[in-house]
Amino acid sequence: METSRKELPLARSMCWHCQSDIGGEYFCGQCVKVQPLSKDIDYFTCLGLPRKLNIDTVSLETKFYELSRAFHPDFYEGKSEMERAVSLANSAILNQAYRTLKDPILRVEYLLRLEAGAAKDIPGKAPADLFETILEIQEHLEEFKAAKSQNDAASAARTADLLKSARKTLDAKRAALESRLAELFQIWDRLVEKVPSHQTHSSQKEQTLKEMRGLLSERTYVTNMLGNIAEALG
Amino acid sequence: MARIVGIDLGTTNSLIAYMQGKTPTVIAGPEGRTMVPSVVAYTPTGILVGDAAKEQLVHNPQHTVYSVKRFMGKGLNDVSQELQYFPFNLSEENGVIRLRIGDKALTPPEISAMILKELKARAEAFFGEEIRKAVITVPAYFNDSQRQATKDAGKIAGLDVVRIVNEPTAASLAYGLQKRTQGTIAVYDLGGGTFDISILKLKGGIFEVLATNGNTHLGGDDFDRRLVDVLMREIKTRHGVSLDGRPELQQDIRVRAEQAKCRLSKESQATINVPLPGGKGDYRRTFTRAEFETLVTDLVEKTLAPCRQAIKDAGLSATDVDEIVLVGGSTRIPLVQQRVQTLFGKMPHCELNPDEVVALGAAVQADILSGGIQDMLLLDVTPLTLGIETMGGVMSTLIHRNTTIPTSAKEMFTTFVDGQTSVDIHILQGERELAKDNRSLARFQLKIPPLPAGAPRVEVTFMIDANGILSVTARDVRTGEAQSIEVKPSYGLSDQEVERMIRDSFVFAQQDINERQRIEAMNEAESILKATEKALARADRLATPEELAAIRQAVTDLKSAMAGTDHRAIRQAIEALDKASYGLAEKLMNNTLQGALKDKKLSDVT
Repeated sequence: METSRKELPLARSMCWHCQSDIGGEYFCGQCVKVQPLSKDIDYFTCLGLPRKLNIDTVSLETKFYELSRAFHPDFYEGKSEMERAVSLANSAILNQAYRTLKDPILRVEYLLRLEAGAAKDIPGKAPADLFETILEIQEHLEEFKAAKSQNDAASAARTADLLKSARKTLDAKRAALESRLAELFQIWDRLVEKVPSHQTHSSQKEQTLKEMRGLLSERTYVTNMLGNIAEALG
Repeated sequence: MARIVGIDLGTTNSLIAYMQGKTPTVIAGPEGRTMVPSVVAYTPTGILVGDAAKEQLVHNPQHTVYSVKRFMGKGLNDVSQELQYFPFNLSEENGVIRLRIGDKALTPPEISAMILKELKARAEAFFGEEIRKAVITVPAYFNDSQRQATKDAGKIAGLDVVRIVNEPTAASLAYGLQKRTQGTIAVYDLGGGTFDISILKLKGGIFEVLATNGNTHLGGDDFDRRLVDVLMREIKTRHGVSLDGRPELQQDIRVRAEQAKCRLSKESQATINVPLPGGKGDYRRTFTRAEFETLVTDLVEKTLAPCRQAIKDAGLSATDVDEIVLVGGSTRIPLVQQRVQTLFGKMPHCELNPDEVVALGAAVQADILSGGIQDMLLLDVTPLTLGIETMGGVMSTLIHRNTTIPTSAKEMFTTFVDGQTSVDIHILQGERELAKDNRSLARFQLKIPPLPAGAPRVEVTFMIDANGILSVTARDVRTGEAQSIEVKPSYGLSDQEVERMIRDSFVFAQQDINERQRIEAMNEAESILKATEKALARADRLATPEELAAIRQAVTDLKSAMAGTDHRAIRQAIEALDKASYGLAEKLMNNTLQGALKDKKLSDVT
């Protein structure tokens, strides 16, 4: 753990070093110095992508490796303190961008934050159609833990079986949520491609985001529930 | 750019390597040995490091430190289990362990610095130039405090540690460079004191670490102890000899057990002879490989859970791994190789020297940093989740484990009470739910201008750099101004302490140089005194009484200079004696020459 007080130059249209126009490039055309990424740059822009939800992970990786070769601190060891600070900050943004966009769930959560200003973490919400089932699972979980602590092998085995079958129900629910999510990814991408000609366009976008948010919220809940079962069963 | 060397600072052995053209090469010592035992002995005549120090383990156990890496970045209660194996008096001050050696209280970074200095001197002798920059490797599973302690050790040794590299990833660099491998590899690194597993993807010169896991308290030392425990127990029950409070014997047994362990990797049995105190003869004990394997099987099993977790974190299954590379001396144990093979369903590679591959990789990384190799790039990860303590003693995650570094996270802080002027922040590292179960890294206090509750907005940025070391900066969002923060590490030396140690080490280094020069001057003085005595014995007719008096005076002066410690005074006296005896020496020389020439013809000598 170290304390540092290095001040980073802010991203601007001019090179921080020689003041020539850089026109949004990562390296100054005049002095070839590395330029800081804007603090507000979004991860899609950082990796040169439109704000779409279906991403070709192979070309994403290629772009990530290419930019890593441009920014990584290993290539700035002998450079000025300023260039090293820029390299460190840019690499950190790039690594977060790649981590986020590589994973479809993190990717859509991030898009929701960008487009709809959603909170950092989407709270889990129990799927309404599984309400009864979830109540039952919670009871079984309690029973299972109680049976375990009382060394009641018979009822532990019985509740374990119940939990295993509940796990199947939840797995199926999660798969259903994810397949609907995949459909919405397609719908969203088509909306992004479309030229916004009519008024319904933006409301369609809003509608899609809202549905995705609902699905994610239920998915989080189901995932947590599955985690609890896995933990209990060991 | 100045030369950068690669150093493997190991629990049991350390090495230093450099890039010879395109080939990483380990620098050997004068006897041709590449490994420097990580042992430091504090003797009355000076500090010994390496093989010389290892010899002191049995004779001088209380002043000889081994496996100091196990104490790096740790507090006393972290190592309570180990204390029975170390004959030192340990204490803790400001979260840092101090080892009492004679009248000194030394920290692990200071002792490690001695090993680094030895390696540095070895490289300097090899290159004939000063070495100032180094890449040093650490176990991948080292936390922030342990990494920082390693960096401090480098500073104290007079090295600018340009990069801390994880050992398994360093090994992958050496391996990948040699084999030109593509695909997914697992590096299984079981060393003297630590275990690491790293899963990497190698593609077009990029070495991307997908996941890492490990145990910083599991290694060859633990295997030795299993044998030691058996021997001590049996010696006690059969011969009634207790080895408590006999560090010499304990060290002796430990060294013999280690040797037997190594033999058992090649042979099916090994016999240990332990000389008993008080003329009770030897205790002779034969271990079969099967018995040894029974003794250590749980230790080997302990390495498998981190492997499974790393494979899972990488989003893979064991069979997705294309190649397995074995690193660290303990992977020579056949049982280890067997278990690894079963887990991955493949034969592991062990053609690279498992003792040297980490140092070679450090040299490769050093070459990348000095702008040599440009087509290879290592993208490593942070091994442990980073977070802060929130209400109710829960840890809130800022950066997940296995996130590619460098990486950063921002967190906004505000106040809950009107006029509140500070917020306390407690930084943690670990995978557990509750703050108290994780590693405390540091605490700091954020100063806040007095405002209504909720109005202040201070943004704190947590940055993990390419060394895996955390730094913290804060900014007042309303004013945009940077806030200074003073971080108090939970288990680390303060900057002031490191500064003092660098100064001390410089003073000691000066003392060491003075001492060496004094010894050299003394040796020279003694040989000139001998020569003068001889000359005086034959000088009767050759020297004038004045000459003889002057020589005798110069001899007396030199002898009194030799009683002191100032090497310059000794040198001056030597010179004075040289001058005084010059005339006599010349006459003696001519005389001898004439004597030698007497019976020879001119033609014989030309």
